[in-house]
Amino acid sequence: MNKTAPTRADTRRYFRRLSRYYLWFTACLGLFLVALSILEKEGMPRQWIGHLYMFATISLYATIGVVARTSNVSEYYVAGRRVPALFNGMATAADWISAASFISLAGTLYLHGFDALAYVMGWTGGYCLVALLIAPYLRRFAQYTIPDFLAARYGGGTGNRGTTVRAMAVAATIVVSFTYVVAQIYAVGLIASRFTGVDFSVGIFLGLASILVCSFLGGMRAITWTQVAQYIIILVAFLIPTMWLSVKFAGNPVPQVSYGSVLPKLAQREAQLAVDPREIEVRATFRARADDYAKRLAGLPHSWEAGKVEAQRSLDLARGRNASLGEIRNAERALLAYPRTADEAARTWAAERDANLARAQPPEPHAEPFPGKTRAESDIRRNNFLALVFCLMFGTAALPHILMRAYTTPSVHETRVSVFWTLFFILLIYLTMPALAVLAKYDIYTAVVGTDFSSLPTWVSYWANVDKANPLVSIVDINGDGIVQLAEIAIDGDILTLATPEIGGLPYVVSGLVAAGGLAAALSTADGLLLAISNALSHDIYFKIVDPGASTQKRVTISKLLLLAVAFIAAYVASQKPADILSLVGAAFSLAGSTLFPALVAGVFWKRANHQGAIAGMIGGLLVCLFYMLHTNPMLGGDAGAAWFHIAPISAGVFGVPAGLATLVAVSLLTKPPSRASTGLVEHIRAPEGL
Amino acid sequence: MPTEPATAPLSSSGPDPRRARAVDLRAQHWARARRLVALLLGLWLATWFGTVFFARDLAHLSVFGWPLSFYLAAQGSSLIYLAIIGAYAWRMRVLDRRYARLLEDAA
Repeated sequence: MNKTAPTRADTRRYFRRLSRYYLWFTACLGLFLVALSILEKEGMPRQWIGHLYMFATISLYATIGVVARTSNVSEYYVAGRRVPALFNGMATAADWISAASFISLAGTLYLHGFDALAYVMGWTGGYCLVALLIAPYLRRFAQYTIPDFLAARYGGGTGNRGTTVRAMAVAATIVVSFTYVVAQIYAVGLIASRFTGVDFSVGIFLGLASILVCSFLGGMRAITWTQVAQYIIILVAFLIPTMWLSVKFAGNPVPQVSYGSVLPKLAQREAQLAVDPREIEVRATFRARADDYAKRLAGLPHSWEAGKVEAQRSLDLARGRNASLGEIRNAERALLAYPRTADEAARTWAAERDANLARAQPPEPHAEPFPGKTRAESDIRRNNFLALVFCLMFGTAALPHILMRAYTTPSVHETRVSVFWTLFFILLIYLTMPALAVLAKYDIYTAVVGTDFSSLPTWVSYWANVDKANPLVSIVDINGDGIVQLAEIAIDGDILTLATPEIGGLPYVVSGLVAAGGLAAALSTADGLLLAISNALSHDIYFKIVDPGASTQKRVTISKLLLLAVAFIAAYVASQKPADILSLVGAAFSLAGSTLFPALVAGVFWKRANHQGAIAGMIGGLLVCLFYMLHTNPMLGGDAGAAWFHIAPISAGVFGVPAGLATLVAVSLLTKPPSRASTGLVEHIRAPEGL
Repeated sequence: MPTEPATAPLSSSGPDPRRARAVDLRAQHWARARRLVALLLGLWLATWFGTVFFARDLAHLSVFGWPLSFYLAAQGSSLIYLAIIGAYAWRMRVLDRRYARLLEDAA
């Protein structure tokens, strides 16, 4: 498009053209599904269907990337600032719905009931903060990145260019986005390897190729148009199986409405299972096992030595009496798996004791808020719920890859409307999640619990065999009565969404579609995050700090090279399966909220906020947040007993955000007021649009 | 308002009243925008905090099969957020247009 401002007729024509493309796309997707299901009926093997989905979706994203390639700075960084609100909303929704949302959220809701609704409330409520406090002002500011805004607003340093503030904002952007992108790429590898049978690392690099073709060639412009397509796939993939379950159990194809009628039936079934004598028997077995581990823990280190001797002896015995090969193998395995030191024994046995104790508990009613033995216990759960919602909201409002999208619409008004559409499209998925959890739970509680072990549904054995070392589903006849009890089922939340089509008895085409949806969710988020990181490095560090005289051509080239480098580093880290990084993704929200949110909001709403205040606020928020996490998270060497007000370490932001804000205010008031340039900028971004 | 231009030619000395008028209008616009944001954020806070804080008390009420607290947490509050963002976009457009026109007239 040319440089002159497009007229309203132009905009409308552009919007209609885009709508036409995506309607065609949706129709083709439908045809593709119909064709595949016919092929499946004709006997095409499952493996091929998985490969076809992988190949078709990845080449689709690559094609969009090639068509939308660009080397223009404005196109590359902000998609030319002409993405209509509706499409920007769809793209942001795809950017937002990560692998964790798509794959794990329904499972978390299944396992934790009411408590997990904190994610739904927090992740959607954050958009109120984005819409009311940040996004429109960023659009009015009309530059390229989040550090751009903070540097221009707070200034300071040589030539008042705000180099320090910029560098700190870049650091925060990179830390937050990098932990997040590693988790996305990890999920890509997982889905690709499960559904096509390729190796985990190969899956990662396949996914990476499609991410790269897209963002490498076309930057923001290409990923925007890819993300719209990905959103459509995510939506279709999520709604089809859920609507099916909804028709099956409630006779109504709108799951958001229908699960209200299933909820009382589920509660009834839960109450029944809580007092079922066989269930109580199984739970008692788990309690006995937990007690046994507790006894062994108390007897350390003697119990460790005794156990070791015992394991050795049973192996010798088996060998001595010429037992079957299987028995000898089992005895060998038991000896090999035995803790090597007394310290290791203390750790593994404590974990075993807790795991067994958890399974000895009766099921918690799904819809009951904060059940607890005492009022105080229940209050702690309520406070943690509040703290988690708080952190997720303020974290959402400070995630660079989401805020970055505020720059891509044609006007401030369109930005406000675009946040509305973003939340609308997110809600289409998020309002369905609790429904899916309830419907799947009802299915498992009625159709699996109480059946004979010989007639278990096929999805159980399929998912139990996916990862033999840590089975995703395990159903073991604990009390030996040949009938499945609820307490005998252990299910990993991550499989619920992926297994829903099989639980509902749908053909494999739908399973493949759901996997493709999970892949789209992970890829779209990874796209946005990689772009946020490489833009921060190329635009903010290289262009604004290292070489301000660089030509536009050089800037875009550097950006593309950095994108490539970051992508490969992230893929390498993900291929190492880093458990610690994956567990830190939840913490990214607290970190983002504590460091970036106070500076962003004070930058617009408080003229007196200055350079020193912003720096102190970012450091203060970060330190408090980090301190609390390290201090209380046992995985990071802290002590869970040291928590303040019993708040879990994941919600460190509940202390970090206020600390950051308070430091910013105090230091700003103690130092000189900001320069006239800063005040002028604030006045400019506050002014009504259309001047 | 459009009564201002009559006095404008007299203002060759002293601070420019047109400028003062523009500053005044911008301040008014910002005060209104801020009031709208405060009001809507109040509603937002009441929604999520109220839902969670009183969840145990609301659990006994029921709407179409859902316990009220479960419904609010799973759907109701998110829909209220959506309404808040929609109302904000709509009101700010009205506000921006009105003040942009007034500022143009004043200039």
